[in-house]
Formats: sequence, structure tokens, C-alpha cells
Amino acid sequence: MKFLSMYKSVEKGRPPSEEEMCDMGKLVEEGMKAGYLLAVEGCMPTAMGARVRRSNGNINVTDGPFSESKEVVGGLAIIQANSKEEAIAHVKHFLNHVGDGECELRQLYESPQAQSAANS
Amino acid sequence: MSVADTHRAIDAVWRIESARLIAGLARIVRDVGVAEELAQDALVVALERWPESGVPDNPGAWLMAAAKNRAIDHFRRSKLLERKHEELGRELKSQQDVAMANFDTANLDNDIEDDLLRLVFVSCHPVLSTEGRVSLTLRLLGGLTTQEIARAFLVPEPTVAQRIVRAKRTLTEARVPFEVPRGPDLAARLSSVLEVIYLIFNEGYSATAGEDWMRPALCEDALRLGRILAGLVPNVPEVHGLVALMEIQASRAHARVGPKGEPILLLDQDRTRWDHVLIRRGLAALQRAEELGGGLGPYALQAAIAACHARAHTAEETDWERIAALYDALAQLMPSPIVELNRAVAVAMAFGPSAGLEIIDAIASEPSLKAYHLLPSVRGDFLFKLGRFAEALAEFQRAASLTHNTREREFLLGRAQACSAEPSPPAPH
Repeated sequence: MKFLSMYKSVEKGRPPSEEEMCDMGKLVEEGMKAGYLLAVEGCMPTAMGARVRRSNGNINVTDGPFSESKEVVGGLAIIQANSKEEAIAHVKHFLNHVGDGECELRQLYESPQAQSAANS
Repeated sequence: MSVADTHRAIDAVWRIESARLIAGLARIVRDVGVAEELAQDALVVALERWPESGVPDNPGAWLMAAAKNRAIDHFRRSKLLERKHEELGRELKSQQDVAMANFDTANLDNDIEDDLLRLVFVSCHPVLSTEGRVSLTLRLLGGLTTQEIARAFLVPEPTVAQRIVRAKRTLTEARVPFEVPRGPDLAARLSSVLEVIYLIFNEGYSATAGEDWMRPALCEDALRLGRILAGLVPNVPEVHGLVALMEIQASRAHARVGPKGEPILLLDQDRTRWDHVLIRRGLAALQRAEELGGGLGPYALQAAIAACHARAHTAEETDWERIAALYDALAQLMPSPIVELNRAVAVAMAFGPSAGLEIIDAIASEPSLKAYHLLPSVRGDFLFKLGRFAEALAEFQRAASLTHNTREREFLLGRAQACSAEPSPPAPH
């Protein structure tokens, strides 16, 4: 099974320190070497981003920074795991290292057969 | 959290932590069977305590400490192993604080990696039967339960339990040392490891839709083991080659089966259903293999062939010339009628059916291919493309008679029928 983990936290307002980068690098390497971390990406500050929303047929673009939001997406990971509990265990390990924030964990759609197996 | 929830969480922890736990213990007690027993003992304690106390933040460290405590009890009871007890006591004392609170992963990482590698080589030792190696590897390194292994391989649970017991006994009796092989041994032993991993992958890959989900999940287990091995032995190209091959093959898993469960050939697959995260990983692993130099081995070559397909956005964009060249190289390393057959297909796609026919005709009387329906099927296809319809018809009929698969037979008879609809020039003699 594959899971998407989207990490959300309060924006720090500064780039990560060298120590933070090093820690994250080790975490990523550990996950890759353990065979469960399939992909990982980190986000640039919200100041460089935008929110594009469609409602009632109208599309509205709001440029960052998103100062009114408490938590914003900081990065994502795609995880291979045999169960949701296993994915949670990996995410817990990640959060224990990076600090406060929330990971939204979602199982990824793979195929009709995989779906029915997951539901069984 | 309900008890059932906690049990599921503990199952997950076991899958994640058990290999390192067993590996670390095996270094201390020098016996893989005893190490596993101690690890299982620790698991029992966890199952008793964690529903109440919750899963600890560092479950691996907790389990290791619990296992070491059990180890001390175990050796205390064993008269012959006074020396081990001291050794263990010393080990536990010096690591007590480390294990319990701030588990210093930085220092111990290298040790753990060495131990894991030792465990890999021991589990795949050539003195064991193939089933023994597969079962032991999935059990000790994959963290699968006996039941899960049994379901995955469609054998009864007691059979798997027996295989594991027998494998451990063989390792003890043969006094297989808990170490990484050196020198000339290393290549052959590594070959055995790669073979075991790919065997597990193929078992999963051959599983058909609608079967027990544990079966295709074997592909994920094999991939995980392969990636772990690549992390432990990063300087061997064939390891990356095998991982690349598995990532790319696995990328097609959901496109290979149609809505009615019917198999779909690669060239007919909906490529939007290919997993591009896996393709990217596969191509990266292949690149690592290539960058290490020394030429590509059989796994890396097969990966390179798979990569050609993976890179093509449509079947029409496939670089058949490159695939043909890769099959040339593979035929040098791993000459076999099957490789020749695949080479013929690639050559025909790249250079025309005559070129393909030449290769096929050279293996036409291979005894190992006598009952293989794909040989006449491919030959028929070449003849059809050359306008030699009478001969093509004969080949398709022959192929149809050789296959056990109903859909396949219908398809081949259909092709035979298409031949008789064509005007036929007199067959050359």
C-alpha cells in the first residue's frame, strides 16, 4: 500500500538552519535505506506560492504569504507500508524529529483490485 | 485505543523493527534461531505492557532492552555459557542508559547496518534449501508472520513453520558463522541473496488479481528488501540493477490486469496507469548501477530493457534498437533460448521481421522450447508480416495447440483465421 503524508506546521519565517537541514537529510536517508520512503519533497516559503480557488464557477488567485493561516503545508512524503498503522508509525517517527505540526496521512488509490483488497 | 488497535499498532512496529532487533541480538548470541526466540519473547512482553502503557516513542530501543533482559535469563539457565553471560552483562550495562532513554542512533547505526547485512547473508545461505532461504528471509528480514508467508506462497502454515525450523537447525548444525562473507565468496553469496529477493518478487508478480492480497504484496516486500540491501551494499552495481528491475516491473502492476481480470500485454497497457514514482526510482537506481561502472550485469541489463519501455510515453515511441542492443549484451552474459526469443522480437521491431526470423529459426529446434507456445506464436507473427500467410497459419495453429490458457488460445486461433483471409503467394521452397 502507498500513503501520502502531508506535513503541516506554522511557518517559521526563516530558512531551515544547517542543523535542521542535516537532521532532515539523515531522516530522509534513513527512510530511503529502510525501504519505506518512496518520495519526499519540501516546500519553499508560502511567500513564493499562491492559492488558486474555484467557487461558484469563479477562479480566484491569492498570492502568498499566507499570514492568516496558522499551519501551512511544509512538505510531503510518499510511504510504502503494509497497513495504515505501519504508515502511522513512520509518520510518528518523523514528527518526533521535526517538532510540532500535523501530518495528514492518506492512503493512495492504486487500482480497483487493490481497493477491494484494502477494504476486505 | 482499543486492544485490537494496539495489537495492530504492535504488528506494525514488528514489521518495522524486528529485522534490526533480531540482527542486533544475533551478533550477541551468535545464533539466528536463539536471536529470533529472544526477539519473540520481547514481543510477548510488549503485547502485555503496551495496551496499557501505550506504544513507546522508541519502540525499537524498548524491544531491544526487553530482549537483552530475556537473554540474560536465557544464559543464566544455560550451564555452558558462563562466558556469554558476562559478555552480555557487560554489553547490557554499558548500553542500559543508551537503550532505555536517549537511544543514540548515530553511533549504533553502523553496527546495526553491519548486523543487518550479516543477517541477510545468513538467511540466504546456500546450505539452506531455496524454500528455507525464502521463508527465513521473509520471516527474519521481512518481519512477516508464518501465517502471512503461508498465505503468500499458497502452502499450509505448518509447512512454512517446518521450513523455518529446519532452516534454523541447518544453520546451527552447519555452524554457519554470523558474518559477512569475504573475498571470492562474497560475489557468489551476494548472488544467492539477489536470487532469493527476485524469487520473492516474481512470486508476487505472478499472482493474479482476485487472489489473496498477501500474494501481490510480496512485490512490495521484495522491493523493501532490495532497497535495504542497496543501502547496505551501495557499491555493487547488480544490487541497484535488481532494485531498478523490480521498481520498474512493479510500476506496471496496476496496468497489467484488465477489468475482467484478464492479463494485458505491455505494449497494450494504459501507460497512465503506470506508477511514475516507481519508474523514477527505477531509473535512478539504474543510473546508480551505470555510474558504478564495470559494465552492466544481468539484472541491470534487464532493468535497462525495462527502462526503455518505461521511458516511452507510447508504445510507438519505444526505442527498439536500444532494446535489441541490450538483448545482444544479455545474450552474451546469460545465453538462453528465452533470451534469444525476446531478442528476436526486439530485433524484428527494430530492423524488420526478416531479421527477427533469422534469430527464431536458429532456436527453432531447441528442446527446451518444444512445448513453449510463444515460439511458434512469434514465428507466426514474423511470417504474417512477411506475407507468408500459409506458413503463418500453421504456426499460429501450432501455438494455439500448445497453450493451456483459453484466452490465449482464442487469440491465436483468431490470428490463424486472419491468415486464411489473406491471399497467399506460393510459399518459397
